[in-house]
Amino acid sequence: MKIIETKGLKKYFPIKAGVFLQVVGHVKAMESVDFHINRGETVGIVGESGCGKSTLGRTIVKIYEPTDGRIIYHDNDGGEHDITKGLDKKIRLRFRRDIQMIFQNPFDSLDPRMTIRDVIREPIEAHNLIPKNEIDGYVAELLMKVGLYPEYAQRYPHEFSGGQRQRIAVARSISVKPRLVICDEPTSALDVSVQSQIINLLQDLKVENDISYIFISHNLDIVHHMSDRILVMYLGNVVESAGATDLFDNPAHPYTRALMASIPGWDPLDRKLQNIRLEGEPPSPINPPPGCAFHPRCPYRMDRCDKEKPPVVEIAPGHGTACWLHTK
Amino acid sequence: MSGILEVKNLKTYFRTPDGLVKAVDDVSFELQKGEILALVGESGCGKSVTVQTIMGLIKVPPARVEGHILYREKDLVGLSNKEYKNIRGREISMIFQEPMSAFDPLYTIGYQLSEVAKAHMPWDDARTREEIISVLRKVNIPEPEKRYREYPHEMSGGMLQRIMIAMALITGPEIIIADEPTTALDVTIQAQVLNIMRDLQSEFNGSIIFITHDLGVVSEIADRVHVMYAGKIVEKAGVNELYKEAAHPYTKGLLNSRVKREFKGQKLPYIDGYVPRAYEFPEGCRFNPRCPHAMEICKKDPPEMLVSENHTAACWLYGEGGL
Repeated sequence: MKIIETKGLKKYFPIKAGVFLQVVGHVKAMESVDFHINRGETVGIVGESGCGKSTLGRTIVKIYEPTDGRIIYHDNDGGEHDITKGLDKKIRLRFRRDIQMIFQNPFDSLDPRMTIRDVIREPIEAHNLIPKNEIDGYVAELLMKVGLYPEYAQRYPHEFSGGQRQRIAVARSISVKPRLVICDEPTSALDVSVQSQIINLLQDLKVENDISYIFISHNLDIVHHMSDRILVMYLGNVVESAGATDLFDNPAHPYTRALMASIPGWDPLDRKLQNIRLEGEPPSPINPPPGCAFHPRCPYRMDRCDKEKPPVVEIAPGHGTACWLHTK
Repeated sequence: MSGILEVKNLKTYFRTPDGLVKAVDDVSFELQKGEILALVGESGCGKSVTVQTIMGLIKVPPARVEGHILYREKDLVGLSNKEYKNIRGREISMIFQEPMSAFDPLYTIGYQLSEVAKAHMPWDDARTREEIISVLRKVNIPEPEKRYREYPHEMSGGMLQRIMIAMALITGPEIIIADEPTTALDVTIQAQVLNIMRDLQSEFNGSIIFITHDLGVVSEIADRVHVMYAGKIVEKAGVNELYKEAAHPYTKGLLNSRVKREFKGQKLPYIDGYVPRAYEFPEGCRFNPRCPHAMEICKKDPPEMLVSENHTAACWLYGEGGL
């Protein structure tokens, strides 16, 4: 059963300049993305900065209005709603409860003037989830669930470390019993020794509460660990999508391979980065190269790569890639 | 190999409203000529303050700096600002984490590099320009003559980081201190920058202190590694030794925190608890509240103990009263 589905989803941000703020160009953050997530599934989205992974997540939750394409929301009772043009009053509350978000930086995402109790209470009250006199007990229960002490409810965010704050953000996101939580780089701002704690917590909560995740990260290892299915993005395009294990065993797109080769090896006797020479840097999304966006850096570049954009083709069941190498 | 920089019992303390912060607490180490020494640790472990103290960037007072930093038979601790200027940027130069904010957006790249060169080198304008273009070429900047006239916003993060490396190299320093030089970069760009740094290091034959929290990066670039935790160095080892046989429980914990592929579907190993805040470091070994091997003696500060040749750990497991 699907929760969210997108068809040809596109997001351009206008660039305004001059006294009258005329639109002089666009940042082409996301081009024509087809995406869906099923109940109970974790879909990872991976790519470097500027690839459009956060834009995709934020467009899905309607923080951004899409430029083109469709977003379809499937409610719990089998109803389908086209939410591209905005959220209908009737489903707004339901959608907002169903889909929650955890942000990258727990130092920015918690209001410094609210106590932890208020931070977690707010969504519960907004959705009228439980009687008022039971909320405090529920907040205590949530804090324990994410590995914090119930006494912490009276404290303010600045009294906590990064890892603890991210636990609070997690508690807030699951407080309204969502079906889908979008995690946008939830561990990137954390120390290595704490990162694994949050990953384990998210995994536990998924099983306990039957949550789906869209897990956005630049870290391939963590995305692999969390996800059932992975989308690799480059300059606004999904260049490859496959099951997590399949993607790592048989990466098809040259960019996916380059990305994997660039992960440091943790073996000083075999320094793997010495052997890779991926040239160049991702081009500007204001003026993306024609054809395949990766062609200026691609070691397998062919004649047609700078002329025609490769379509997504299925090279194995559930494994798609957009590359002329794999298209007959 | 011989030591070019020796840090002895260095202490950098800050007085804050929350209490005395012992950001660097009795740290000693030696930097050898021609080596890349990695200083590894999590946020707040004191790695950045250590190198800022070496660079003379800590204002005393309000901060308190004690101990010795010996460079060419000279103690840098207590050196006047004027004397420091002959060393900072000339003999010891620095690469910062955020290339986007390290450059002034109002001046061209060429201007900013020549500013450094003119402050330290006896070159005329033509020679300065020549040297800058040649060093830009060394760090693989395409069309350096054109880039010379451009502004920072016209360049990507990876390119600016390479230009910052060029800026650090222009005076031909003995020591380069790189503070998380690849943390703000994407992995494919990080790989490029690491390769450039290693290539240049063998060419200029100076020494590099490389600060990072990423043990993956360390394995790719370092010759020796010092691991810091809560203001102290807890382990010193050669890079191969460290990855093969880490001694300190904290180092082991960090190495185990790597997300390996075979862990899929299982719990990830982790270090219990959180990094303590700088004004409430625990008594004795500062890792003891999180340590799986904590013993009674750990309430006492552990000295540096020899694990094997050229490998030490500040942990009671390796000395009296230990296993």
